[in-house]
Amino acid sequence: MTIVVKGGSVVGVSGVEKVDVLVDNDIIVKVGKNLTGDIALDATGCHIFPGFVDLHAHLREPGREDTETIETASRAGAKGGYTALIAMPNTNPAHDSVTVIEFVREQGRKAGLLDVFPSGCITMGRQGEALAPLAELSAAGVRIFTDDGSGVQDPVLMGRAMQYAKSLGITMAQHCEVSALTQGAVMNECGCSSDMGVPGWPAIAEEMMVQRDIEMSRITGASVHFLHLSTARSVELVRAAKSEGLNVTAEVTPHHLSLTQELLTTFDPIYKVNPPLRSMTDIKALKSGLLDGTIDAVATDHAPHARRDKELSLDQAPPGMIGLETALGVVLSAVDLDPVQIAAVMSRNPARIAQITDNHGCNIEVGDTANLCVVDLDAMWQVNPAKLASKSKNTPFVGRQLRGMVRSTMYRGQITVQDGEAQK
Amino acid sequence: MKHLRSISELGADGLSRILKLTESMAEINTRAVPKVPALRGKTVVSLFFEDSTRTRLSFETAAKRLSAETMNFSVSTSSVNKGESLRDTIETITDMGVDAFVVRHKSVGVPWQISQWTNASIVNAGDGAHQHPTQALVDCFTVREALGRQDLSGLNLTIVGDIKHSRVARSNIQAFSLLGANITLVAPPTLLPLNIEHWPVKVSNDLDAVLASTDVLYMLRLQSERMAQGLVPSLHEYSTRYGLDEKRVVALQSSAVVMHPGPMNRGVEMLIDPSDIPNSLIHRQVTNGVSVRMAVLFDLLSAEELS
Repeated sequence: MTIVVKGGSVVGVSGVEKVDVLVDNDIIVKVGKNLTGDIALDATGCHIFPGFVDLHAHLREPGREDTETIETASRAGAKGGYTALIAMPNTNPAHDSVTVIEFVREQGRKAGLLDVFPSGCITMGRQGEALAPLAELSAAGVRIFTDDGSGVQDPVLMGRAMQYAKSLGITMAQHCEVSALTQGAVMNECGCSSDMGVPGWPAIAEEMMVQRDIEMSRITGASVHFLHLSTARSVELVRAAKSEGLNVTAEVTPHHLSLTQELLTTFDPIYKVNPPLRSMTDIKALKSGLLDGTIDAVATDHAPHARRDKELSLDQAPPGMIGLETALGVVLSAVDLDPVQIAAVMSRNPARIAQITDNHGCNIEVGDTANLCVVDLDAMWQVNPAKLASKSKNTPFVGRQLRGMVRSTMYRGQITVQDGEAQK
Repeated sequence: MKHLRSISELGADGLSRILKLTESMAEINTRAVPKVPALRGKTVVSLFFEDSTRTRLSFETAAKRLSAETMNFSVSTSSVNKGESLRDTIETITDMGVDAFVVRHKSVGVPWQISQWTNASIVNAGDGAHQHPTQALVDCFTVREALGRQDLSGLNLTIVGDIKHSRVARSNIQAFSLLGANITLVAPPTLLPLNIEHWPVKVSNDLDAVLASTDVLYMLRLQSERMAQGLVPSLHEYSTRYGLDEKRVVALQSSAVVMHPGPMNRGVEMLIDPSDIPNSLIHRQVTNGVSVRMAVLFDLLSAEELS
């Protein structure tokens, strides 16, 4: 059976071309004008992108299936145009054994809505005390390692992890936070945090670790990826490291491109996130970093939380917000990216960082795996929590008008989303 | 006015209105039977998630003198633990029929969160290091009473101590600046909040340099845990540089008054017995606490004029 994606503009590596895409089973077999197939997937007025790849999603399974499961997150991802998610390791138990890695991968396979690639822990139980079995996990197919939720504080341990990373060809993804500087912090350290009398999360707590790991990458040659960059100075540090040719990459979240610290003055924990929302100056720097390629990828840091947990006080509520279904709309509403740049930051670059280019982040050419999404770049839509596929509804974008809507998603030749609706 | 959660929410007009109303309440409190039926049938719940002596007692006394029913929800230490559903507590008490919650919580912002879950009025009796609006009302009333004037333009208020962790300081800065006072904060740099260029204050690290020009000297409590946190090198150094001793009392102008919100940390910020300070307003602050809180409850809960 063949499917033809018809009437849209294909976003290639160097430009956009109005052509149809013919898919047979899970492979792109033809790209050209006036193609026909057994089934037509309408893409009139839309752009056809390689399926999006999220470097940073918290799927909560195993451990907090009451807030999200691999299946519900996969459905949310598909609705957001994603065909691959990197699952963060801070589950319970954490991703520090082959057993857990295989469980997560298998649950992803069962859901069958996109490819779930588990990341591995850098340290056992993400405790920052002893290395996780990096070589064993690498042999089981894990390419990205992180203790996300916390940074690896001990420079000795991190240096050893980087030596392993270099020899195994894996990537260390760092959550940059010097935790001694962020004790009790609920928001960015700024005038608002002083007005409110809450401990601040200073920019330097991120920047010190960015700088440390840049230096460690220089020494070891290991590939380092910086998760959720949030400060102007972090962008400068990564820019300088890249201009020296160091092996570093970085991501930014949709919320750090669009929301500022002032929202915390409502005392609503929906805006509490780690790293925290920062200033307009930081947002400007993050945007220019994304536009000039200093920041390689947009990653959601999709972090589902139960309503009862987000109803705790600001200091006790857990940080994080969901983002899979709103990522594209939030990014396009905040930053003026052309279609080729969108494909780069949402799909091709993250696929390269995650080392999953065999099947993801394709150039939409004959022979590629049919992981695609169809996006109406000009469509405006409003975020309605009742329509979100994610099991948790903790999004700060409720009621917001967003530009850019995912119409359809194709995962390995199957239509997972059509006209914005999940197909299974 | 529906809630009193911060001084900025109250605004200049609200501040003047409550201070004026406090004068009437103070008069009631001089009567042989200091009780009026103004809030008969109203129910006020004290919800203190954090220890308090004077604030809780003065709210309860205030409610009783206005003939309101009072409920005292005692929060055991264990239920303050992480995971407790504040929302369930509030909704349950609201179902019993409540007109106002008087709330103290160690976490900033709780009075705002609670007001989403109840129709009752919320009075903030202290949220973390953020706001303590009734204390600021007490302090403004007490200064106006002592000076015999309502407008505080040109008055030099000096607040000394742990500004960074003080809700009393944050509320007083807002309130006294609304009344026109000039405010100077005096503290070691580590006990001052960062990024406060937008606050209507001057900042100094040298107490002795500002004493001569001070009209109101407001001493804040220094908790000994600040030393454990490494925010001051030692309590001895702190009290030498920022404690109020006899020498510093002498250095004040003869008309200057001294205040403290209590509880005092004797031997740290107070090196002199308060009864040896000629112009101490510390007792007046406590006395006026009841009148101010009567005014606040009346303003929130009564639709009628006070007869």
